[in-house]
Amino acid sequence: MKNTKKVYIYKGFERFWHWTQALLIMFLALTGFEIHSSYSLFGFETAVNLHNKAAWGFIVLIVFAIFWHITTGEWKQYIPTTKNLKAQIEFYITGIFRNAPHPTKKTLLSKLNPLQRLVYLGLKILIIPVMVVSGLLFMFFRYPQSGMIKTVNIENLEIVALIHTLGAFLLITFLIVHLYLITTGHTITSNLKAMITGWEELEEDTEETKQEN
Amino acid sequence: MQNLRTVITFLLAIVAPLVIITIILRETPADHTLLNNLRETYEIEHKPGVDHSKHEVLQQEFTNPHLITAACLSCHTERGQEVMKNSHWKWEREAYIPGKGVTYLGKKTLINNFCTGISSNEGTCNRCHIGYGWQDKTFDFTNEYNIDCLICHDNTGTYEKARGAAGYPPMGQDAPDYKNILAHVGRPKRNNCGYCHFHGGGGNNVKHGDLELALLTADRTIDVHMGVDGMNMACVTCHTAENHQIQGRYYGVSSSNTQRVTCEQCHTSVPHTNSKINEHTIKVACQTCHIPVYAKVNATKTAWDWSTATQRKDGLPYELLDTSGNETYTSIKGGFHWERMVKPEYIWFNGTADHHMITEKINLDNLPLNINTLNGEYRDRNSKIYPTKIHRGKQPYDPVYLTIIQAKLWDKEVNKGALWVDLDWEAALRTGMEYLDLPYSGTYDFIPTQLFLPVNHMVSLASESVSCSECHTRKDGRLNDLRDFYMPGRDYHVGIDTFGKLMIIFSFIGVLIHGTIRVFASRKNQIK
Repeated sequence: MKNTKKVYIYKGFERFWHWTQALLIMFLALTGFEIHSSYSLFGFETAVNLHNKAAWGFIVLIVFAIFWHITTGEWKQYIPTTKNLKAQIEFYITGIFRNAPHPTKKTLLSKLNPLQRLVYLGLKILIIPVMVVSGLLFMFFRYPQSGMIKTVNIENLEIVALIHTLGAFLLITFLIVHLYLITTGHTITSNLKAMITGWEELEEDTEETKQEN
Repeated sequence: MQNLRTVITFLLAIVAPLVIITIILRETPADHTLLNNLRETYEIEHKPGVDHSKHEVLQQEFTNPHLITAACLSCHTERGQEVMKNSHWKWEREAYIPGKGVTYLGKKTLINNFCTGISSNEGTCNRCHIGYGWQDKTFDFTNEYNIDCLICHDNTGTYEKARGAAGYPPMGQDAPDYKNILAHVGRPKRNNCGYCHFHGGGGNNVKHGDLELALLTADRTIDVHMGVDGMNMACVTCHTAENHQIQGRYYGVSSSNTQRVTCEQCHTSVPHTNSKINEHTIKVACQTCHIPVYAKVNATKTAWDWSTATQRKDGLPYELLDTSGNETYTSIKGGFHWERMVKPEYIWFNGTADHHMITEKINLDNLPLNINTLNGEYRDRNSKIYPTKIHRGKQPYDPVYLTIIQAKLWDKEVNKGALWVDLDWEAALRTGMEYLDLPYSGTYDFIPTQLFLPVNHMVSLASESVSCSECHTRKDGRLNDLRDFYMPGRDYHVGIDTFGKLMIIFSFIGVLIHGTIRVFASRKNQIK
């Protein structure tokens, strides 16, 4: 057994942001797919109103999150790397069944394994911006004629709607896999506990983990 | 100190989001200022500034209605010339129609798929003309003494026009009580307009479906504006007039997007509290949501099949009634279909229309023939979705010349070729076309036709307007037939939806398999 040390890995705002985002995405999916007529739950009108309000909530949260990432330097966590990428994929395909050790060491300065870096970066700079922009176009579609925003004037909602729908499917797929991967930490619940309390038992590094500033 | 920090963190983490959520979800209270202002404006009852019973010129014993007009014009000296410019008088209007150029169209010249047209039938049809004696092509449209002032301005509700008298009132013994009527003339009331407009097509509510006798006494649930228990508005409150030029369009005869009466002229184009609903007004007419059904009291005729006319039973003409007492068949007119509480059909409409002329060739590959075409499509910036009544007909046409045929329907006497008198199609069609100086090959058949009538009246209570999900639904929504645009809740891309669903299913199966293998593997490892 290697030496472990309890590290305060997820800060307060980080956890607040993560869980609020999680709730909002699930709620947006729930109301969004009702608007898509996949099922009936709140009723179309209520679903639209809730979806739009949650969307604004999400946008506010994103603004705060961006601010946090920039000011704390945490954005560096998402710089993609190919180092260990293959090893990480192999770990999920075979190593994990043999109880092999995680190929990427989780530290305060590098919380994410190369796969996570890639996927989360994709979420942050592609999927979520696309959802936000297409969602805003949805909201302000053809609004110019009622004198609101003069520059946004598109002929047809279809392309916007289809992109938004595709993004929603991708997010749900992400959610399913993400939820499952929570269980692949040192113990089944260690990742979940860490995201709730902020504290996680990490392997002691030769290089001492820095205390939080 | 540590405790205080915990408390503050707790407050920020739990309370702050709640506050934000509450602020976001808070409903903006409805703003009724505009409605209240409108109520105040239209509550003022119009009182005439003149007591006509005090005018000496009106104290005569009138027997000739032309002399009444002369008496009116002796004071209202310019009104005659005004009226003679109005389409109620001319029954035609100048309009530019792309492909046709400048046209003069109206009831005078156009065909429809109710009684098909006035030509050769003026004696009965033109009972609804605001004049006296338009019984054939010789009528003098320049003689202001031919104007019937009273049909619009009698406020007693007792003035009437005689049947089959080309616009004249009953004469002699049956003449209206002119003394009383002339003492009570004024601004047109509901029943003045309704005398003709409620009876278009030959009976109450036959033609429009949203204009009928019930509007004289209906409450707000039938018509929120005219309801006698509400604002009790008159037709002319909205259909305002300046110098006898009355605002409003009936697209069975109108062609251009001018002089229309709109909801927006009072209510503005963004009257809702919810911006999402206001946004709809760019593409959806007010009427579309606010008139969920029409013909709310009495049924309206939705189909008219002329091809079955002239049948006899035991050698005699006959008629059939449905359980509500509506005629479903008469030998003189053929078969009918009636409907009550009708859901409108929806079309794109930009306020311009085209009309099928009796001289125009019919394209038999494109049936039913549109008697009128209301222009519009999604991509057209001026188009909105409108509720319409589509009246479906089957009417006579000439299979050789490929034109609609005007039948002579009515006459006072037998053997003059009138269908309603002689029950003889051949003679009626020949006589009708001869009257118009138009060619008729001698053979006839029937083709399906349709006439589009936008529904504008019988606005429902706000609480009864069409709900979102009546259109935003996958199947059988109200806008099911309008397919030239993407509507959330109705439309989806089969490829994207299938791909998305498969992605979800596979990722779910994937993690399930992965998880199962992990469980077995860990057991195995433990045993080791």
